[in-house]
Amino acid sequence: MKVAYWPGCVSRGFTPELHGSMAKVAPLLDIELVELDRACCTGAGVIAEHNQELADTLNARTFALAQQVEGAELMMNICSTCQGAQSECQQRLDANSEYRAHVNEALAAEGLSYEKGLTNKNFLWLLVEEIGLERLRSLVLRPLHDLKVGPFYGCYIVRPRDRLGIDDAHPRDQYLHMVIEALGGNVIDYAGMRKCCGFPIITMNKEISLRQAGRHLGDAVDAQADCLVTPCPLCHLNLDLQQPLAERVVGRELEMPVLHLPQLVGLALGLGTDELGLGRHVVRPTSVIDWSTSVVGAAAA
Amino acid sequence: MAERVEQTPASEPPQATAEQFTLRLRRYDPHSGDAPYWEEHAIELAPHRSVLEGILQARDRFDGSIAIRCSCRQGICGSCGVRINGEPALACHTHLDVAARAASDGIIEVEPMGNMPVIKDLIVDMDAVHWTKIRRVTPWLLAKQPVPEREYLVPRESMVDITQTMACIQCGACVSDCLSMEVDPGFIGPAALAKAYRFVGDPRDAQQYERLLDLAQDPHGLFDCTHCFNCVQACPKDVNPMGQIMRLRRIATSDHHIVDRNNGERHEAAFTGLVRSYGLNHEAELLPRSYGGNSWFAKFRPAAAKETLSSLPVIIKALLRRKISPRIAIFGHRLRSADLKAVQAIYDRVERRETRFELNLFISGDEEPASAPQRAAESEHAGHAGSGGQPPSPNGAGGDEGSGQ
Repeated sequence: MKVAYWPGCVSRGFTPELHGSMAKVAPLLDIELVELDRACCTGAGVIAEHNQELADTLNARTFALAQQVEGAELMMNICSTCQGAQSECQQRLDANSEYRAHVNEALAAEGLSYEKGLTNKNFLWLLVEEIGLERLRSLVLRPLHDLKVGPFYGCYIVRPRDRLGIDDAHPRDQYLHMVIEALGGNVIDYAGMRKCCGFPIITMNKEISLRQAGRHLGDAVDAQADCLVTPCPLCHLNLDLQQPLAERVVGRELEMPVLHLPQLVGLALGLGTDELGLGRHVVRPTSVIDWSTSVVGAAAA
Repeated sequence: MAERVEQTPASEPPQATAEQFTLRLRRYDPHSGDAPYWEEHAIELAPHRSVLEGILQARDRFDGSIAIRCSCRQGICGSCGVRINGEPALACHTHLDVAARAASDGIIEVEPMGNMPVIKDLIVDMDAVHWTKIRRVTPWLLAKQPVPEREYLVPRESMVDITQTMACIQCGACVSDCLSMEVDPGFIGPAALAKAYRFVGDPRDAQQYERLLDLAQDPHGLFDCTHCFNCVQACPKDVNPMGQIMRLRRIATSDHHIVDRNNGERHEAAFTGLVRSYGLNHEAELLPRSYGGNSWFAKFRPAAAKETLSSLPVIIKALLRRKISPRIAIFGHRLRSADLKAVQAIYDRVERRETRFELNLFISGDEEPASAPQRAAESEHAGHAGSGGQPPSPNGAGGDEGSGQ
């Protein structure tokens, strides 16, 4: 399937392994990525906090660009925070035609216009709803047997439920669990899996921010997870990049590897750890790399 | 329940058959010296009856010592806030069948709210946390002088704007699940900050600036909220506390230019400014600018330099692992010139307005098919949406971030 692909800023900045691994995984899932390289930052909620109309207009421009991608079935992102920020703006834009027309006036100079009703899905949602767990299961070359994976959803992709379309028919707040299982892994439930990583206040209250990250990582350690997986690069920054500092705040060793969702999928689909950029993490995913190396070795023998 | 009512003539109330449900209650008496424990009771009630009624039946039939606070039993008084299957809720406003379906093992699990000490069983000490924080925000009008002989005359829209916060029934559900308070009990919290907006947004109040300055400078104040949406999800009355907090921030920073000691204003200015300059976020610049101010030279200012120094071990590790490339760290990434100009033109267009243009909370919702009340509300406030690039909406006529359910 062809998608208008919004990678976000951080996946091309401080988590380049996310963007890279998505590019590697997409062809294996028959996803054609048409990158929205003309689109700007979603604002991550901060621009909306500054000026609602500004955030709505900037995102309407992105939506309009996505709608111009010929043959694209929908827009896809790989960042929970982008999903949340865009969904918030889209809800306002879709709710009121007068407001939409007003916002579209700002896009007219570029010949752009956002039409109500864009479908915008995080890669996680696309995996379950478009590709399907059965198909995903059938594509697995290296089942994640014996790998204990803790899901870390991030806030923006699970709340508020109504805006994000979470209901009994679409239990999107369970999808990470379902994907881990489909890839053959063992899901580890722990207290912090749908809590906040603390990233939004890292510059405002660093200690509290790191205490949040450290507590969730500690919960996962206590639940004996081998690694975490997250669909949000901002969560990844606090959980992985900042983990050495979080260790100091919570006063315990954590050493918890945190994978991006495309990396976990890529591992199960047979990609190598280098291809997926696993060596780039601050906390080396040793448990994952050892595991995958041994399984590859066993398979080759 | 709605289906049953629809199928039955109004003159004949439905006679729903009682069914058996099992409640798993968390029992705890701090004075006993015993640890908390779970206790199960089978109750019999019609499926549409409330969890509160179930708990009261268990108390009446099996154990008179089960403690829960309640009064109106119809979602108005806010007394019976608890956690049901791990989610904050009003016990009187949750149907037994719905709760049983949501339970992982079919047993309805009820426990006291979080972030507040337990007095006994399902009763928490609201005074120790919730009400203390409400008092913290001076929850009364500091009236503009002179007080008119009769009523104040204010624009209707400005009072409509604060009705969402006035819907709060002080049940504490948002406090219970606030993820900032979980790690920082000092945080003023969602309920109290929503209450603060009630007065900050009131045109009769004389101390908007002073209130905002106080909240912004508090290290556990306005900028301690992590955007986790838990309060938005928890609130049984759609008060949207997080949305109110964002409005407080917007007025503090954009209208009053309050530069707080918590980097809140600087972070917002840096983020917004970097996206304007680059079209994309420039993470390596965001950190020093959030500490030192929105300028390339910010990194050389003491606050930013100190912060960079403390993060040096992490930065070096990330560079060595090639997680961060020096090119990205120094130059960032930016949109192509034509697209960047288009983005900047949007900034110019929106930010040059004398007053911000924000949607009234009643406008947000499903456009089609619109319900009758919604249509009425939309036409009532249709002027706010405006057209022709001259939106007439007054500043502060409402934002709806986080709500719009």
